[in-house]
Amino acid sequence: MRELRYTAPASLAEAVSLLSDAGQDPRILAGGTDLLIQLRAGVRDAGHLVDVKRIPELNVLEASPEDGLRVGAAVPCASLVEHAAAGELYPGLVEAAALIGSTQIQSRATLAGNLCNGSPAADTTPALLALDATCVTAGPGGSRTRHVSELLVGPGRTSLEPREILVEIRVAAPAKGAADAYQRLIPRGEMDIAVVGVGAVLQIADGRVASARIALGAVGPTALLAEEAAASLVGKAPDEAALERAGALATSAARPISDKRGSAEYRRDVVSVLTRRVLASAIERARRRA
Amino acid sequence: MRKLHVTAELNGEAVEFLCEPRQTLLEVLRDVLDHTGTKEGCATGDCGACSVLLDDRVVCSCLVLAPEVEGRKLQTVEGLADGDHLHPLQRKFLEHAALQCGICTPGFLVAAKALLDRNPDPSEAEVRYHLAGNLCRCTGYDKIVRAVLDAAAEMRG
Ligand code: FES
Ligand code: FES
Repeated sequence: MRELRYTAPASLAEAVSLLSDAGQDPRILAGGTDLLIQLRAGVRDAGHLVDVKRIPELNVLEASPEDGLRVGAAVPCASLVEHAAAGELYPGLVEAAALIGSTQIQSRATLAGNLCNGSPAADTTPALLALDATCVTAGPGGSRTRHVSELLVGPGRTSLEPREILVEIRVAAPAKGAADAYQRLIPRGEMDIAVVGVGAVLQIADGRVASARIALGAVGPTALLAEEAAASLVGKAPDEAALERAGALATSAARPISDKRGSAEYRRDVVSVLTRRVLASAIERARRRA
Repeated sequence: MRKLHVTAELNGEAVEFLCEPRQTLLEVLRDVLDHTGTKEGCATGDCGACSVLLDDRVVCSCLVLAPEVEGRKLQTVEGLADGDHLHPLQRKFLEHAALQCGICTPGFLVAAKALLDRNPDPSEAEVRYHLAGNLCRCTGYDKIVRAVLDAAAEMRG
């Protein structure tokens, strides 16, 4: 086994420069819940682990109705789940974070890691995609901001440059009368990976849907938006028939494969059911806010 | 291989050790610091036998690299009892026969302590969800859940 170097820089600038030495084959270590297992299993390799948990910018956690949400890339899911204002403003994102692994895993795992690990079945990614979250990164060229949708490239891959560090994830303040929800199907109550995950944000004004975004997980190479399904709701009263139609349209956006967790056909069926349920949950929350 | 020097707090006492970057906290606790109460079940973050508190949060020590704990506070099962006085959780595990082979027990105790530190009055469902990352192949879980609820009641007084 080759020698591994470990560093824990205290500043962003230092981290960027450590990552710049490509000869060392550096990798960013945040919660480590995926990376350490992948390294041990030989699925991924690294010569240098750059632990980013001591960088102040990556430990920011703020949520307010005015400024929205900022979650530093090193913030564990447990901190987000315990954050009262975050839970009130973004119940869907927080319920997704609370579904990841066990209590032990949530103490370490981060939203950023969930995103950058690039699993098509990541729970928080559809929730972030539905919220149209943005990612602030740092690299040799300075700071960049892009949408989560621009980061998603394929299984295990993102559009981040090798020397680019995800610094924080931002979500805009919820629009008036808008709320989010996330649910997944797993064969048991806890501790499993989504067969299908659905995140949605819905805005209600004057009893009608003013805007909607629906994101699907585990039914394509990356989390994906069900745009037709979302568009079908806009301007309509959010009744049973509207939800039924959106569920059916979401099915046609899904591009699932068959694997040990479920057949493609089963997944398509689940997309429709879960989309309806998630929309119903978001609607109920949005009504309470409207 | 060059070793890293790490200082941390373990069960209230300052410790220092040398480790390789690849070594996990679990390996160092057991093999370097002689704290063998923490067990290895899977080494992949699935079973919870290796649970310890890191800065008051319960983590799988098999998924923490030893150098990551520099300057951090650690608590293991060895830190639960006060001398000969067992922690209420430990006493209730005995009373309720919440262990058989015992390999999962240190992990359950530490994870349960993390829960009660945050939530002194958990519901049965909360206990079950909180402990979902701790696997036991012997007891069937029910006695463990009862022991935790009983300990919580006693600790509330
Ligand atoms: S040994 Fe760490 S979770 Fe199983
Ligand atoms: S008592 Fe044997 S595994 Fe739990």
